Amino acid sequence: MNKVTQRLLGPLTLLSLVGTVFLGLWVTPKATMHDGGGDLVRMLYVHPALAWVALYVSFGTTTIASALYLWKRTRSATMDRVAYCAMEVSVLFIALTLVTGSIWGRPTWGVWWAWDARLTSTAILLVLALGYLALRRANDDPETRARRSAVYGILVALNVPIIHFAVTWWKSLHQNATVLTVSGKVSVHGSMLWTLLLSFIAFTLWYFWLLRARYRLEVRSDDARQSHLAAAVAERQREGA
Amino acid sequence: MIRVAWLVARKDLRIELRSKVLLWQVLPFGALALLLCGLALGPADAGHSRAAPGLFYLVTLFVALLMINRSQAVEQASGTAESVATLGMDPAGVFLGKTVALAIELWVAAGLLLAGTVVVLHTSLVGTVHALPSVFVTLGAMACAGTLYGALTAGDDGPATLLPILALPAFAPLLVAGERSFSAALHGGALWEWWVIDLVALAGYVAIGVLLYGVLEE
Amino acid sequence: MTTPAVQLRDVVAVQQQFPLLSGVSVTLAAGSLTVVTGANGSGKTSLLRLLAGVLPVTTGEATVLGVDLLRHHAEVRRRVGWLGHDGSFYADLSVEENLTFAATALGRPLDDIVPALERVGLAHRARVRTKDLSAGQRRRLGLAWLLVRRAELWLLDEPYASLDDQGRQFFDGLLTDVQRGGATVVMSAHDTLRSTSLAPEVLVMAGGRLVEGS
Repeated sequence: MNKVTQRLLGPLTLLSLVGTVFLGLWVTPKATMHDGGGDLVRMLYVHPALAWVALYVSFGTTTIASALYLWKRTRSATMDRVAYCAMEVSVLFIALTLVTGSIWGRPTWGVWWAWDARLTSTAILLVLALGYLALRRANDDPETRARRSAVYGILVALNVPIIHFAVTWWKSLHQNATVLTVSGKVSVHGSMLWTLLLSFIAFTLWYFWLLRARYRLEVRSDDARQSHLAAAVAERQREGA
Repeated sequence: MIRVAWLVARKDLRIELRSKVLLWQVLPFGALALLLCGLALGPADAGHSRAAPGLFYLVTLFVALLMINRSQAVEQASGTAESVATLGMDPAGVFLGKTVALAIELWVAAGLLLAGTVVVLHTSLVGTVHALPSVFVTLGAMACAGTLYGALTAGDDGPATLLPILALPAFAPLLVAGERSFSAALHGGALWEWWVIDLVALAGYVAIGVLLYGVLEE
Repeated sequence: MTTPAVQLRDVVAVQQQFPLLSGVSVTLAAGSLTVVTGANGSGKTSLLRLLAGVLPVTTGEATVLGVDLLRHHAEVRRRVGWLGHDGSFYADLSVEENLTFAATALGRPLDDIVPALERVGLAHRARVRTKDLSAGQRRRLGLAWLLVRRAELWLLDEPYASLDDQGRQFFDGLLTDVQRGGATVVMSAHDTLRSTSLAPEVLVMAGGRLVEGS
């Protein structure tokens, strides 16, 4: 990320989030949807964007970084860090997706949790993401850890298309695709549509802002580990002196 | 690659035939787990075949975890891993060989567990036989995935506890596809649609295994 | 001038954040027999594992049998023979089955198996599972494994452990024959007195580095 982009990321994120909150809470109308009404529709400006970031942006980042790590030409500690940090942030977004989904689902379906294909698959993705973090902690050797995490990152990506197809293949209580229907017609209109699109941009920017912050922290951790390693080599050499 | 796969598969199956871990440890565990499922359902529902497909696959998942751990433990015995590493075998061949051996072991286990579901959970014999092809495909996909996840956890701290966390979520879509197709075989409904999930997973895991198993073995 | 069998320069090998080797530089001639000695934890086994291509090089330069170890460790692995002090085989396979597996994997002739077993005195135990062998017999099986695979570089980790006097004499004879056949041998040992009767070259390790020897 170049310096200008880095400087603008924080302010743009804040601006777009504030814009989303303002438009979502005060400008867009209450609406009657087929499964819920009133103010509940305002979850539209949070939940789908979180799901989009969780399932596609963050997992996509982990998968791409993992693939680049596995390809020898682009293999580097940077790719491993990006994949790891992206997955950590993924856990947050997937968890928020499930929480907001439950908040929307309670008044709509009458239960906090329903055995809906999309909800269930998202919960599985959360456990998959936690599994990635567990795998990282199970191995102290940085190279082995990076390789195994990268392969696991690719494996996890196999499940994302299954989630995508779950809505259409399986019986589902879930809201069907809201913005674009199967026929390609847009089904949310006016200020709601613009707010929805802004929410997607806002949460995507927020994701990258969090990723950058987490990445910086990881770089510092790695630097500390490198200096410990240099000290360990020197100490080892003194054993033989 | 095929030559190495055949060599490794034969080796794994020969070791299993000699040690009989599947016969004396894993299958009794599976049979007991089926019985426990019946107990857990309660006396009114224990003999009902509606829950049988899901219970069968749940038990098979746990059996698969034991077999995957066993498949990796054979390679991780003290000194063996390094000696075998110096043979420089094609990793794709090793992956395919271990997958084939694991799949055969799972098919054998599943065959016996299916007989158990007929007896204990009262599934119809005809329906259960109709479900056989889908069971084999589902378990084939599971074997592919299991070999990969087993290699991911080999040698790590606590592989026995790490493997379930990694593998079970990935097995979940296979469990669903398997359960749906088994139910369809028993009670009617679309059976072949669910094969798509199994076959996509199988193709995906085979591709990833052939390409990346060597990375895990380094 | 023949290519040296081993050339290491400032090699550091780290595993689990610990520097097993902390800067090893050594050149070993092809066809030589070298003993690596040192206290427990000095890095002897790690050096052998590095030469076998199973312990990765973290920094430094390493060439084994003329092959860059960092880039082509798979090729190095196929040409070396490793004998660790743990059992190295599949416990539930027989002696013959283990050797057949290794020979088939490497594309070596299966006809070499029986002569190798006879050479190490295990022909009468060919059908026995390796888990039923004694420690000394497992060590002999390891030697048969190296003979069958026709290793160009023999890496032996404390090979005299678990051998009785007769076994040690047999072992000395075998190593001399192997060296005459052109293979290079590197072994680790605590028993320097015994091993120096065989070897002109002794390397002493401490703290993951060589402190004596080239």
